[in-house]
Amino acid sequence: MAQTWRKAWKTFWRYKALFLMLVPGMVYLFINNYLPMFGLTIAFKEINYAKGIWGSDWIGWKNFEFLFMTRDAWRITRNTILYNAVFIVLNTVMAIGVAILLNEVRKKFLARFYQSVLLLPYLISMVIVGYLVLAMLNLENGFMNKIILPAFGLDPISWYTKPEYWPYILTIVNLWKNIGYLCIIYLAAIVGIDQEYYEAATIDGATKWQQIRSITVPLLMPTIIILTLLAIGRIFYADFGLFYQVPLNSGPLQPTTDVIDTYVYRALITLGDIGMSSAAGFYQSMVGFVLVLVSNLIVRLKDKDQALF
Amino acid sequence: MRANEMNQTLVNIFFALASVACIFPFLLLFVASFSSEQSIITKGYSLVPSEFSLEAYKYLWNNFDAIGRSYGITVFITAVGTTAGLFISALLAYPLSRTDMPLKNTLSFIVFFTMLFNGGLVPTYLIYTEVFHIKNTLWALIIPGLLTNGFFILLIRTFFRTSIPKEIIESAYIDGASEFKIFFRIVMPLSLPILATIGLMLGIGYWNDWFNGLIYITDSKLFSLQNLLNRMLQNIQFLQQTNLDGRAQAANIPTNAVRMAMAVIGIVPILLLYPFFQRFFVKGLTIGAVKG
Repeated sequence: MAQTWRKAWKTFWRYKALFLMLVPGMVYLFINNYLPMFGLTIAFKEINYAKGIWGSDWIGWKNFEFLFMTRDAWRITRNTILYNAVFIVLNTVMAIGVAILLNEVRKKFLARFYQSVLLLPYLISMVIVGYLVLAMLNLENGFMNKIILPAFGLDPISWYTKPEYWPYILTIVNLWKNIGYLCIIYLAAIVGIDQEYYEAATIDGATKWQQIRSITVPLLMPTIIILTLLAIGRIFYADFGLFYQVPLNSGPLQPTTDVIDTYVYRALITLGDIGMSSAAGFYQSMVGFVLVLVSNLIVRLKDKDQALF
Repeated sequence: MRANEMNQTLVNIFFALASVACIFPFLLLFVASFSSEQSIITKGYSLVPSEFSLEAYKYLWNNFDAIGRSYGITVFITAVGTTAGLFISALLAYPLSRTDMPLKNTLSFIVFFTMLFNGGLVPTYLIYTEVFHIKNTLWALIIPGLLTNGFFILLIRTFFRTSIPKEIIESAYIDGASEFKIFFRIVMPLSLPILATIGLMLGIGYWNDWFNGLIYITDSKLFSLQNLLNRMLQNIQFLQQTNLDGRAQAANIPTNAVRMAMAVIGIVPILLLYPFFQRFFVKGLTIGAVKG
């Protein structure tokens, strides 16, 4: 026994400098990631600031009963999943299409220019996106209400109070912001395809469309499946910036713009309702975790090398 | 082969249209910032300013104190956060990359698990505010969430493992170099490509971050540029209320144009630098997006 300890100590001493290097990063991950994981137990407590986070009284499932008695729970779950499902399908299809086209541009400097421009929206913060959308949709002087709608003889629309338009607006904004990024990832996969397939197909007289359908898309399939499954693993997490900044946190829009992340934020910061927000956050973390594990399991069954773990 | 190519004209027309769709909102914003308030109110935002005016920028210049401060805060947190984050990530990644490191699998798993599961906003917020009392301090803009993450650490680890020959490290060790000397003198200089890429991603993350300011900062003196923009977007009266320059404001602030001018000065630095870092940015996005 004493000997094993001495041996372990000797190994540790030999590697002491490397262990020392680990310290700052590990301390950070402990504070930033692991403490909040333990803090999830807050959902089962009634937080009393005098007693502190760890010392507050346990109240069992009460916070969850309150949360699931409201209609909000259903609404935010539905919105989060539906938006993400639409984003996954639409963004993937569009990104692959654009990537295939981008690969066809013969002039290299033009291809690089297009790629840079498409990537521009991905580079800027969601606050700026909020401004850009406001310039388009502002009630009194937005581009839509002043120029586009009058051109078709239509009346101005009060975009920021009409929830029925927002599923479309948010979908378009999301596509606009992310297509450049996804397109680059698929382009990298397309560039990696062996040119000999295309040469052989051309000799056999295959048209461009046939080549895309029978070579490019099938060879992209592994990438498509992996990226889609990983996105499904995150389907319970919404893009907070998109749903908070772009609708300008507008109350009347909540039926179609409220997602789990905005709900948790509002309950915590605006309303100060720790019970409700921690219950919703716990619900998201747990279901999210299960989905990540399940989707990874499926990836693993399909192709072991592509799995995260 | 040429005959079998897609029609280049059609392809180029498609991308010309797509490029316009990407740039158009920026142009609208840019033009609006140079329009007079009166023309925005009567004609709306448009690509052709009906009346050119610098009043929005004059207003911003008169409020240089508040805007300059928020710019300074953004530059400061970006510089400090990126440097510190890069060091912390590389220092943690290096031991994990060493095949002879004891417990390396357990330690790697501790890093990796943070990518699968997280506590979410509420516990994070309560721990940072109630345990570490970070609210309304500059720390709040640097530390929560942004400093490093499991993904970056594992990317750097993979680079160290695959691109730095083990023999160099071993021979340096045999020659009597300390582990820290090996790390700083050999490993870091050989890893500039990955460090530049991760550093850029960290830097963009800090420059664009508004979330930490939104939840941890209520004192407008500590607003970063993005927080100032955020506040002006959500609340058009913010300009009048905060009285940015401390003097009594004239009632007729060109609010619409000023908003757009603020957004413009928030975008311009990143647009000017974009051509220079674009290559690293694309690399940062594709690296590890799909493993292998």
